[in-house]
Amino acid sequence: MTQTVLVTGVSRHIGARVASVLASDPDVASVIGVDTLPPWGEGRSYDPSGRAQFVRVDLRSSDIADVMSAADIDTVVHLSLVSAPSRGAGRVSMKEHNVIGTMQLLAACQRSATVRRVVVRSTTAVYGSSAHAPAVFTEDLEPADTPSHGYGKDATEVEGYVRGFARRRPDITVSLLRFANMMGPGVESPLTRFFTQPVLPTVLGFDPRLQFVHEDDAVEVLRRMAMEDHPGTFNVAGDGVLLMSQCVRRTGQPSVPLPSPAFRLLGEAARRAGLVEFSPEQLSLLSHGRAVDTGKLAAELGWKPKFTTAAAFDDFLRARGLPGGLPLAVVDALSELVRHRADPRG
Amino acid sequence: MHHSAHDNADDAEGAKVIPLDAARAWRASGVDEEPAADGDCLSRLLSFLRRRVTGDYEVDEFGFDHELTDTVLLELVRPVYRHWFRVDTVGVGNVPDEGGALVVANHSGTLPIDALMMQVAMHDEVGRRIRLLGADLVYQLPVLSHLARKTGHTLACPEDADRLLRKGEVVGVFPEGFKGVGKRFSERYRLQRFGRGGFVASAIRAGVPIVPCAIVGAEEIYPKLGEVPLLSRMLGVPYVPITPLFPWFGPLGLVPLPSKWMIEFGEPIRTDEYGPAAADDPMVVFNTTDHVRDVIQQILNELRLRRGHAFPPFF
Repeated sequence: MTQTVLVTGVSRHIGARVASVLASDPDVASVIGVDTLPPWGEGRSYDPSGRAQFVRVDLRSSDIADVMSAADIDTVVHLSLVSAPSRGAGRVSMKEHNVIGTMQLLAACQRSATVRRVVVRSTTAVYGSSAHAPAVFTEDLEPADTPSHGYGKDATEVEGYVRGFARRRPDITVSLLRFANMMGPGVESPLTRFFTQPVLPTVLGFDPRLQFVHEDDAVEVLRRMAMEDHPGTFNVAGDGVLLMSQCVRRTGQPSVPLPSPAFRLLGEAARRAGLVEFSPEQLSLLSHGRAVDTGKLAAELGWKPKFTTAAAFDDFLRARGLPGGLPLAVVDALSELVRHRADPRG
Repeated sequence: MHHSAHDNADDAEGAKVIPLDAARAWRASGVDEEPAADGDCLSRLLSFLRRRVTGDYEVDEFGFDHELTDTVLLELVRPVYRHWFRVDTVGVGNVPDEGGALVVANHSGTLPIDALMMQVAMHDEVGRRIRLLGADLVYQLPVLSHLARKTGHTLACPEDADRLLRKGEVVGVFPEGFKGVGKRFSERYRLQRFGRGGFVASAIRAGVPIVPCAIVGAEEIYPKLGEVPLLSRMLGVPYVPITPLFPWFGPLGLVPLPSKWMIEFGEPIRTDEYGPAAADDPMVVFNTTDHVRDVIQQILNELRLRRGHAFPPFF
């Protein structure tokens, strides 16, 4: 049986890739991509097969219900979760987009007679970052400190509505995916912007564990979830962790450790100057870090992400052209010197 | 102890045989011995540096950095273990060679130096890595929080304890917590209350043995005579101690007194007979907790007698 898939958030990188990969699947009759902006705004074509169409919909309005009933959608892939306030709009519009947008979409799904499967993108930020938290979160653990602001809070609220929806429509398969921070050549997020700064501010005396998932793996997981029934909540992350100090050393950029109050002040100033966003939740992530267990996903899919956390980060660095740096050059020059001394003929 | 003696014997034998053969081989190939060995050591140091500088080393999901712990941090603590506290470790055969185990020890000394010494004892004498469970205060403090994670330790919570035990690690706990490490000198070698027995429940869930451990000597390093409650409330720490040397001698008061230490691992207490469901039976958990506490107190008393004076040969 062929499917008709609705993908939200297609004007963003991951949304566009998922729509494109689904459109080229023989089991998919058509893909309808929705977002507030057209996906070709940046000159990116996401649909080589021509089986995807774009509908411009403000998710916060009830227009989405009309789109869904008009097209007999049977699978909904909800990726339209914004991780940081955009420069123009700000936090209020981000929250509306994330929370009200999800509510409208789920309301339409609940009314729909055709929808059989709903896949929702969430984030491991729902676990928060805290000194009181266990080192590794499994899906059934509650956060030690419930995220009280930003992306993490939005995602927590979104998950609450998704759970409510799943209770009211037990006949629909609901998959909730908690993604670790995405990394890859095309990913734009607060964290990728953080790592491409010329100088990396870190929190003095803290070295958080970070976990990444490569965009290719994220797309593959979403594709599988959209094509097969995998009900439940799943963590999605690459194997292993990287410490912030390891990440910084891999970028080869200089870092400036700042005491956490100074970090907060600087972040505030940087945000006001429109340079980079530093939210309080980022400060706690950069202090305490977070890691999740991905055993449940591997058991359910019989498949594991191809990229480890470290490999995903390295691929991101390669794409941005950020390898090595001065310390590496010094060490390499030294070892060259030693090799020369040990074997003068060589 | 016997491990290191054994290693030394190996080294002594090796010292007789290998260089002779090697020197002969080198002479035959016409290469001088000295620069080759020198370059080898140097290139190993450089490849270590290269890995560290490029961040190309592994840490586990808890943040444990094996390489840093073994090559840097343990090297720094080892002289204190060997020469300052002259630690004697006995009963190393009681720690299982493989698989999960829960080491339960008494906690004392005002500052948790005993945790460091236990880590050296486990690494050097027993030959296993210990993963200690620490108070959340540790993980709130800058520097200490990431050093604790990098040396293999994590937060004392059932999730982390269960996870480590399931992975077959040796987990160490100090169930007395701050009550033990911060007790007055007059109460030395008297075990305090053992929390709520969460550690016993974790051991039962994982079906791993509990290894009782007694540490003698830490009680005398900073004899705590009193505390400054106002200051500790201001700083948000459990206590600010007054010892014979601190705060009177300033930073000098932070130097621990060189007491003689002994660490003993007692016979393992099995928990696999109960079955995982017993972890939710409070009566089993309480009784086992009391039993473990009694065993440790007993070993502690005997070991204290065996050690004799805290500061030999003076008093």
